Amino acid sequence: MADVKPRVKIPSSAKAGEAFTVKTLISHSMESGLRKDGDGNPIPRQIINRFTCEFNGTSVVDMALEPAISANPYIEFDAQIDAAGEFTFTWYDDDGSVYTTSNGIELA
Amino acid sequence: MTYTRRETLVIGAGGIALLAGTPAMASAVEEAIAAFTGGAEIGESGIEINAPEIAENGNVVPIEVSAPGAEEIMVMATGNPSPPVCRVSFGPAAGSSRLSTRIRLAKTQDVLAVARMSDGSFVQTTRAVKVTIGGCGG
Repeated sequence: MADVKPRVKIPSSAKAGEAFTVKTLISHSMESGLRKDGDGNPIPRQIINRFTCEFNGTSVVDMALEPAISANPYIEFDAQIDAAGEFTFTWYDDDGSVYTTSNGIELA
Repeated sequence: MTYTRRETLVIGAGGIALLAGTPAMASAVEEAIAAFTGGAEIGESGIEINAPEIAENGNVVPIEVSAPGAEEIMVMATGNPSPPVCRVSFGPAAGSSRLSTRIRLAKTQDVLAVARMSDGSFVQTTRAVKVTIGGCGG
């Protein structure tokens, strides 16, 4: 799908063992498969069906999404770290595309 | 107005058929819960859904589920054509068992969340949301 832009907001540094908020947003129509076009033909389903967030290879969240998630899925959750490292965010599209973005974080 | 015995029977059968229509939807939700819990008993406390009481636009309803100590949470919209909303598991690097997102609600309904706690028990809660404009197109 064209124009899929993942966006992530995390603090630049965090204290060890202290939870902080991670906000993610990706531009995607999340076509539910229930809608019909002007001629009455069903529009095929195309959604992000899975989202994962990992920190240095350790899972933070692993989420299965259904068509009931709104367009441009916004996902917010908490993470905690013991060392500096990198967060990897991955979105899996119904059409097989995978969108990835990474953010580094320092230890405060 | 008087009904003959035969007419009464026909009307009664229609009513039963109508009643049978609603539990069919509800059972999709129950089946999904049973698949998630494996038929285990479900408690009521320790899980919370934060959602607006009235959502003007059913296309974008912000919700937050939190269940301290949960390993996995499943969210369902009981009144949607397809009830499942999402299922999230929290890994070792998660700061808390909390997730907020935006969901679609087709009509006024209950949003339901079931959590699997780290000790293997299950808890669930529901939250009623009034929807002014439904959000499933069609």
